[in-house]
Amino acid sequence: MQEYIVVQLSRFFHPQFEFIHSRVKNGALEDLGIRIPRPLGNGPSRFIPEKEIQVSKVDPRTQSIFEDAFAALGRLDNISLVMGFHPQYLENFLKTQHYLLQMDGPLSLHYRHYIGIMAAARHQCSYLVNLHVNDFVQVGGDPKWLNGLEGAPKKLQALGELNKILAHRPWLLTKAHIENLLKAEEHSWSLAELIHAVVLLTHYHSLASFTFGCGITPEIHSDGGHTFRPPSLSQYCVCDIANGNGHGNHPEEKLGNHQEVSGEVEVLMERMKQLQECRDEEEASQEEMATRFEREKTESMLVATAEDDECVPSRDVSRHFEDPYGYKDFSRRGEHVPTFRVQDYSWEDHGYSLVNRLYPDVGQLLDDKFQMAYNLTYNTMATHKDVDTSMLRRAIWNYIHCMFGIRYDDYDYGEINQLLDRSFKVYIKTMVCSPEKTTKRMYESFWRQFQHSEKVHVNLLLMEARMQAELLYALRAITRYMT
Amino acid sequence: MEKMSRVTTALGSSSISGRTMFCHLDAPANAISVCRDATQVVVAGRNIFKIYALEEEQFVEKLNLRVGRKPSLNFSCADVMWHQMEENLLATAATNGAVVTWNLGKPSRNKQEQLFTEHKRTVNKVCFHPTEVYMLLSGSQDGYMKCFDLRKKESVSTFSGQSESVRDVQFSMKDYFTFAASFENGNVQLWDIRRPDRYERMFTAHTGPVFCCDWHPDDRGWLATGGRDKMVKVWDMTTNRAKEIFCVQTIASVARVKWRPERKWHLATCSMMVDHNIYVWDVRRPFIPFATFEEHKDVTTGIVWRHQHDPHFLLSGSKDSTLYQHMFKDASRPVDRANPEGLCFGLFGDLAFAAKESLISGDASRKPYPGGDRRYPIFFFKKPNPTEQFAHVSSALSVFESSVESRHMDWLVKTARLYLLSGKPFAELCDHNAKVAKELNRPQVSTTWTMLRIMFSDPANLSTPGPNHIGKLGTLPLMNSFSMKEMGTGLVAEGRLERSKGESRQDNLHLEPGNSLINSNNDENEETEGSEGQAEYMFGDAELDDDDLYSMEHENHAAEEQEYTLPQEAFPLRHEIMDNPSAPEHLQQDKADSPHASGNEAEVMCLTPIESFSLISISQPLFSPHLPAQFFCPVVREMLIHYAEQGDVQMAVSVLIVLGDRIRKEIDDLTQEHWYTSYIDLLQRLELWNVSNEVIKLSTCSAITCLNQTSTTLHVNCSNCKRPMSNRGWICDRCHQCASVCAVCHHVVKGLFVWCQGCSHGGHLEHVMNWLKSSSHCPAGCGHLCEYT
Repeated sequence: MQEYIVVQLSRFFHPQFEFIHSRVKNGALEDLGIRIPRPLGNGPSRFIPEKEIQVSKVDPRTQSIFEDAFAALGRLDNISLVMGFHPQYLENFLKTQHYLLQMDGPLSLHYRHYIGIMAAARHQCSYLVNLHVNDFVQVGGDPKWLNGLEGAPKKLQALGELNKILAHRPWLLTKAHIENLLKAEEHSWSLAELIHAVVLLTHYHSLASFTFGCGITPEIHSDGGHTFRPPSLSQYCVCDIANGNGHGNHPEEKLGNHQEVSGEVEVLMERMKQLQECRDEEEASQEEMATRFEREKTESMLVATAEDDECVPSRDVSRHFEDPYGYKDFSRRGEHVPTFRVQDYSWEDHGYSLVNRLYPDVGQLLDDKFQMAYNLTYNTMATHKDVDTSMLRRAIWNYIHCMFGIRYDDYDYGEINQLLDRSFKVYIKTMVCSPEKTTKRMYESFWRQFQHSEKVHVNLLLMEARMQAELLYALRAITRYMT
Repeated sequence: MEKMSRVTTALGSSSISGRTMFCHLDAPANAISVCRDATQVVVAGRNIFKIYALEEEQFVEKLNLRVGRKPSLNFSCADVMWHQMEENLLATAATNGAVVTWNLGKPSRNKQEQLFTEHKRTVNKVCFHPTEVYMLLSGSQDGYMKCFDLRKKESVSTFSGQSESVRDVQFSMKDYFTFAASFENGNVQLWDIRRPDRYERMFTAHTGPVFCCDWHPDDRGWLATGGRDKMVKVWDMTTNRAKEIFCVQTIASVARVKWRPERKWHLATCSMMVDHNIYVWDVRRPFIPFATFEEHKDVTTGIVWRHQHDPHFLLSGSKDSTLYQHMFKDASRPVDRANPEGLCFGLFGDLAFAAKESLISGDASRKPYPGGDRRYPIFFFKKPNPTEQFAHVSSALSVFESSVESRHMDWLVKTARLYLLSGKPFAELCDHNAKVAKELNRPQVSTTWTMLRIMFSDPANLSTPGPNHIGKLGTLPLMNSFSMKEMGTGLVAEGRLERSKGESRQDNLHLEPGNSLINSNNDENEETEGSEGQAEYMFGDAELDDDDLYSMEHENHAAEEQEYTLPQEAFPLRHEIMDNPSAPEHLQQDKADSPHASGNEAEVMCLTPIESFSLISISQPLFSPHLPAQFFCPVVREMLIHYAEQGDVQMAVSVLIVLGDRIRKEIDDLTQEHWYTSYIDLLQRLELWNVSNEVIKLSTCSAITCLNQTSTTLHVNCSNCKRPMSNRGWICDRCHQCASVCAVCHHVVKGLFVWCQGCSHGGHLEHVMNWLKSSSHCPAGCGHLCEYT
């Protein structure tokens, strides 16, 4: 009963839904002696001040998207609230997610949520895990599975390996892995099911990146998202424990740094202009281009991911994966990874066709989402208007793919060095490869003059680029298996 | 163009000869192109750039253009084209955005002539002007098309596709100034080479990228396009608006399309993913490829007809690192393997059958139909078109209508409606179903039910009447109906509640004391004997008499044969169902298996008067009281399989449900699932939604029960504004009100909603149930004494 009320109340705490709010007879419950849970966090994100995400201020379009999302799920999660900065994208995102989780597809509903849990747990993303544990139980999943992967059917256990490789080292995926899944007698996957699972896995890996990258706080009804204690006694939430940073924000420190970086945006814009102009003059040799890519690839490995390596996964989450298996860098252990050429296997030409063939309509949905993320621009940078940001966006996108060993023949990787400074690279690297180590300090230390909405935009780019990179490796392995 | 055709005529197509052959390349090919006189072919890819000579028996490597210690990305080719006027001139498109021209006449090892690095992204396509020596066109991922004059260092004009990636550019074969460009967003643009500022015409050809386009070599206005949406479309560009005149649906995205020389209607396609074959289509016959080449083991990346005026040679390069020359005479013709017969049942048992005319007319002296059915032969004729090289098959379509009295699906409908599958003790279900079967004049089925009752009813238990008996026999417990969580089944749940109550009352009345069991059995025996009608099976008699109808021959004819020659004698595909010779044998075998169960067997024997001693055995004790029910399982299993094979899947499923756990483990899940799906399909075709839903509900296969959860849509109107609620069932888009609020907890009801039909207040099923335990007044406080049934 108590839990039921928590779930119900979570809906009423959103200022968005006054129309529901008005229907609750306030105080009635307390009179009955039922404790009212209180929200723990301040707003949907720990990184972004609550006043930035004022749901009451949003434009009508975002408003209607929020309403649809609320109607579809019966809740409006904090991820959607933060994405509300970019309503065009949010619409695409929710449509895709809804299709993946609710609509007709090869996998049964509780399998879908369980795969979501598996994927999110790889990054120790307790927020997503909790969200889907609830959904999983609600659609009739067996609670025994939640005790760990050993409790789940053999078929799902077999997926653990793929999950692990995809999350941390997708370039190691071979057709043998696919074969193992597809030819396991009574526990084998069908191709369509596998595609569905792969899309779900990559979706939740990258969504975990976004969750950490934006410091999403748990909702009031999820574990760690609320407290029954009086407001004065604060409590750490699961996310914070895993991240090694608590509520202690240091606003003074932030102010102190502010002056010295005031020219950041202008410098960046100047560089972009220069690159645009001088491109034709200095034409780098082919060898030079190749080395630039290799250098960027290797350097991205050396970027330190986080200050503190001792992260404590909360017990709740850690049982969903069995062994610590992190993002291993390419060159560090001397293993040679052949470069993945996009011109030989691209999403547009190959990946799309394969996905759409085996899981109809999803190829189209993902295609729209990727394009939306890649092309989204307001032609602004911080306070400057009418800026062509395509170069910057392409640099970010290609840098992420570069970290996964994916190379664009027609891109000069020297541009990345010019456009992305070190703190930004640290942030990208951490968020993409080991998102659970993202800290508020990292979030604040890159692009200090940019607005929060722009940082969320960057996060969207990171998330989609990562998803596409993982998908490319997985789909290539499947294609190789099929031929 | 005139000049060119003269040249080729002089050359003469007779000089080209060869056979189907292939050679291994060192690396996957991305594109191939052939020189004008059809003697050499160039293969380009990421790691290969070579020229092969086409000789009579084999490919001979002539030249490796990939020179240098560490080849640069300029050698990584996405496309290649050999000039059709100047035999020493080649152009390649590099993945890094470079456009390179090569002069084979150069004396040095490196044949590279010009390098244009104006494109910022990968160049997808290069195209020489068909008649102008120095004009080269390129299309790139960066959204620009550039026209180069090879005598100058840089491009002479740039055409902007508004930042949409260009996938293909093709000069028109007939209009000197025109070229077509296809784009990633599905558009095709026509440009005049003299006007770089604006395209002449644009239209949307496909959803998703248009990977390729090709002008018809002879017909001025025809442009073929192929896209990721798996379609090849032919457009007539001579009219004001581009008009789609043909459309071919393929099975995978279309990577390349090339018109076949000298054959107006033919074009060749290959795919980018999944499908490795090359198809040649006759655009007038879009449903089946005219010819197929199946040699490649990986996707085909480049296709080209060897000579501009010779339709018999096709060259192809592939990711599997092979280069093939296909002879058209060696192609496989899918149409030869196609089955020209079709057969379909109508809802009421009508049967439509299309077969080749020769088969039908050869049968003219057939005997008339005994069942009084009528036959309408309808003949369709398509005027043979001499230009079509397709095999011509004229079919005759016959429709067989079943007469009213033999509406043989009636029994199935009635049985489905009247059978009880749950909600009563096992024995009663069997008895009821046996009665239903008997009334419908199906004595064998009826007897089977009776037998089942005897086999599986525990005599000891039968003698103890009482409510606990119900639970033990696995009938649906009363409260179960509440725990079924389904969208909007509030009303159903209520109805079920009522019925279950009624049934439990009846149970007490109907339970018979154990000692009367034998008597009743004997009674039934006699009854069965009396009503010894012929066993009737589904798929009535009439049309099955006609064996010839089902005759089909599948034979692969020689590829060159244009006509089918089918032998007149044919074999029937299905044996006759009407007289059922296997049944008695089968039952005898049962008897052999279970000598102790002679009493049961006796009943069966009544059906088969071959055995006479069966009547004697009735006087013996029916069965040993200690015989466990499992003993009969193998027999019952065989019986079920027998019924299913006979086409009476209804019986198989019904018995499966009624027996429940007793038999389930004996039959493997796949078979069960197969039976269930067949039966459900049958029920749904007959629009027996309630029965099919009940079957789905009662089935234990997970694959079946989840049928209830997919694609279930319930349309609701808002209780406030009375408009349909399009989005979700519980919140209205228009008035922003939650439509259905629980009267007990004041929360929105999203799942099961029950309401009192008197005052129309209601709420969550559980809440209302709890409320009614304590009070019979309406929870909304309206004062109504609510009545829930």
